[in-house]
Amino acid sequence: MTLVIIFILICITGVIIIPFINVKMKGIAVLTAIVTNTIISGYFAIQSLTGQAISYILPGSVITGAIPVRIDALSGWFILIVNFVFLTGGWYGLFYMGAYKYQRKKISLHAIAFLLLHTSLVSLLAIQNSIVFLVAWEVMMFSAFICVIFEHEKEVTLKAGINYLIQSHICVVLLVTGFLWVSFKTGSYDFQAITTFSAAQTHAGAIFLFLLFFVGFAIKTGFVPFHTWLPYAHPAAPAHISGIMSGVLIKSGIYGILRMILLIKADFTTIGYVILTISVISGLYGVMLAIVQHDLKKLLAYHSVENIGIIGLGIGIGCIGLGTGNHVLASLGFAGALLHTLNHALFKSLLFYTAGMVYQATHTLNVEHLGGLIKKMPQTALLFLIAAVAITGLPPFNGFISEFIIYTGLYQWLQSASLNSLIFILFLILGLVLIGGLAMLCFTKAFGIVFLGNARREFHHQVKEGPFLQLLPLYFITFFILFIGVCPQLFLNLLQGPVQLFTENRGVANTMFSVKAFGALTPIGLAAWGLILLTLIIFSIRKWVLLHRPVSAGPTWGCGYVAPTAKMQYTAGSFVRSYMKLNKPTLLLSKSEKAVIGLFPAHSHFESHAYDKLEKWLIDKPVRAIKSFLSRFLFLQNGSLQSYILYGIMFIIGVIFIPIVFDALLWFIEFLKRL
Amino acid sequence: MLSFCLILVAALFFTGVISRTKSILSGRKGPGILQPVKDIIRLFKKGVVYSSTTSFIFQIAPSIYFSSVVIAMLVVPFGQSKGLISFQGDFIFFAYVLALGKFFSIIAALDTGSSFEGMGASREALYSMFAEPAFFILLGSMALLTGQTSFQEIFADLHLGSPISYALAVLAAFVLGMIMMIENSRMPIDDPKTHLELTMIHEVMILDNSGFDLGLILSAGLMKFAIYGALIVNLFIGMFPYEYAIPMFFAIQLGAAVITGSIESFMARFRMSHNAQFIFALTSVSLLIFFGVLMLLGKFI
Repeated sequence: MTLVIIFILICITGVIIIPFINVKMKGIAVLTAIVTNTIISGYFAIQSLTGQAISYILPGSVITGAIPVRIDALSGWFILIVNFVFLTGGWYGLFYMGAYKYQRKKISLHAIAFLLLHTSLVSLLAIQNSIVFLVAWEVMMFSAFICVIFEHEKEVTLKAGINYLIQSHICVVLLVTGFLWVSFKTGSYDFQAITTFSAAQTHAGAIFLFLLFFVGFAIKTGFVPFHTWLPYAHPAAPAHISGIMSGVLIKSGIYGILRMILLIKADFTTIGYVILTISVISGLYGVMLAIVQHDLKKLLAYHSVENIGIIGLGIGIGCIGLGTGNHVLASLGFAGALLHTLNHALFKSLLFYTAGMVYQATHTLNVEHLGGLIKKMPQTALLFLIAAVAITGLPPFNGFISEFIIYTGLYQWLQSASLNSLIFILFLILGLVLIGGLAMLCFTKAFGIVFLGNARREFHHQVKEGPFLQLLPLYFITFFILFIGVCPQLFLNLLQGPVQLFTENRGVANTMFSVKAFGALTPIGLAAWGLILLTLIIFSIRKWVLLHRPVSAGPTWGCGYVAPTAKMQYTAGSFVRSYMKLNKPTLLLSKSEKAVIGLFPAHSHFESHAYDKLEKWLIDKPVRAIKSFLSRFLFLQNGSLQSYILYGIMFIIGVIFIPIVFDALLWFIEFLKRL
Repeated sequence: MLSFCLILVAALFFTGVISRTKSILSGRKGPGILQPVKDIIRLFKKGVVYSSTTSFIFQIAPSIYFSSVVIAMLVVPFGQSKGLISFQGDFIFFAYVLALGKFFSIIAALDTGSSFEGMGASREALYSMFAEPAFFILLGSMALLTGQTSFQEIFADLHLGSPISYALAVLAAFVLGMIMMIENSRMPIDDPKTHLELTMIHEVMILDNSGFDLGLILSAGLMKFAIYGALIVNLFIGMFPYEYAIPMFFAIQLGAAVITGSIESFMARFRMSHNAQFIFALTSVSLLIFFGVLMLLGKFI
């Protein structure tokens, strides 16, 4: 109990003192506050993961009623992820923000928002009272908004921030509707009311309630077609915020969906099919658009959509398992989803942090302007490479483990499915495989163009590696990426608690983690070790052999051409050109070109941009329609003070007279009746 | 372990047989069957030239490529004997570990800064992506048919149900054979003997590799052939005792090599722009197998 209060007090103290200390201390104060809060919440989280769920009832107020704080294994798992990403992100941010140290006021605001973001995220993972949950949710959203618009003097940034704010509030509307519906019917704000309420509902009612929450959380998470805020907000934010947003902020939506699966009693087979369909579309659509992006951070943002899709696949498989009472399937699905949540938090934050290093060194994120950075920033390049291999889902890194569990789930489901679901599973497998292949295309492009080859543009400033202390948290993340890849069983043991929550809740399992389903992870770990060792052995043999052979350097073989320039290298656009041609129907490409004509060609150019087709149809067109409708009332806003006073008077008259007129009408009707 | 040794032996002669077939069919005497291996040994003895544009990625990539192929080879079983690495869902690991090698060969090609190699890299990434679904659906259908999810158990149980499964095995052999062509960049996807860099896929990616590194890449190529050959063999041998299975292994590998050689002698390479469609069409053959399995299981019709 006291620890919970200390946790909140630390945040409040931080918020109060940050504006009054100097810039360097601000960063350190925030980091200290986060470290302390991490220790407090981490203590609870680890306790809950080892099997002792924690539950307190805070007294609360008249409006909210008692506030139950329950940290079960699911909350614990997410709290640990949030804490880890915030620790590394905060540390990295300390150095990232060094470039802006003369903008004192902005830094104060940013530091406060950052601290609030951490506190609100951790709290909403623990609170189980819908009103307080929504307050925490709102605090989280606003502080994230403030973090995103750090560079608010840029119009693009501000626009992206507002876009995020509006879309997040659509999510809030849905959540409020859901929560209010439940509390009106049951008179309680406690989350447990949702269980009792949904149990009393009809079949369709319970599913509708779930879908209400699902869509609400899906907007936050970035499932297609609710993803359109993501590719704007991520590039606009400073790198550590992008990393945190992609790593954990959008996962709050995943947490919400998982929490609702625990709470709502409904037909999970139907829900599973819905989630799976949306997920596989998200996965494919995300990566399909990621490939054609030229902005490195935007590319990564679309990849978040893809990875959310993979997590969703896991959740969907788990739901099917719950619905059909197949506990192996349920544990495979949820374990895959939860592990991928952790994995994605690790490699995606690492990718964003390294993209931030690139941005700070070169001041651009346009991949077509970069190239050859590996020679100037070898450590950043190596870190990016490891994260890229991991996100593609290749062994021996962590991405493979979670994707493997999800694959195993699919093949497991295949064995017991009926004809219709068999064909459905076939499409899921097809989707997941294509996602993997496309991710490889995408990340070979991203790494190859940005870090390899020759520099495509000369920079007028020195391009150099960041300080080692800034890179240190990145090495921590890398360590975990590799560690999960080679020792997956250790992490699976940690997952036992959260997964058991799901399976036991439905009464489908009494024994957790059947050997047949998860036994594969030990040999995978060994094979990963084997792969690493074999590579090292072969590499050292090669090294030793080359000691005795002549080794020389020369220019790249240009097939006879001897004066190649950096401009003649393959570009990102050309690397994915054949893909773009094949995929034309789903992409919205705009080109502007002036061809080379004649013997003495004048200036010519070629530009191509990819736009999101769904965004055009689901966001842009409706917004335009609403705008044109509302513009009919534009005459009201005519700028003259007299009219505005008139509106005021009309409003006051209306407020006074409408009830009187209403009463008069009632009297008149009564009078008519009496006649 | 048995499969490992057998694949190694098959790898020694596979490419040699292909080129021998080609030379016989075009009326030449041709090099000896072990010539590709001799070439590789010669390469191992040579020095190397590195492009000054390249970085350590270019130096480590061949080693990773080679070891990824070796690890993939360890997964492949032989009849009743498991591969050294065998677990539930090992075929997923098999495909992904090969993809790791591909990832590194692609970025190594981009490391040279040459537009030719970039072109090859782009094609390799695209085509290998299209070839993957066929493999996964094929193995998925077999998993459905046998109720198993590891290579060895799938192959062991494949023909227990009914002999009709041999028909499916023939189709599956076709799919695996085509994947073999794609993975090894052979006709009709890619022509290794073309002299125009613009039309190559795999060959153009390794233009800048020399000496030991090139040797590693080429020997990995030899093994890749034999790995897919071994998978095709496994489709048929099922639970046969070794005295039949081992001769069958070599007969089928030899047959696969001769067929590859004949295809290369009589066919022209596809137009590059048609490759993607062609490769994706393989997936539909896989789907055919899937529906065949559904019929066998009585879930369909």
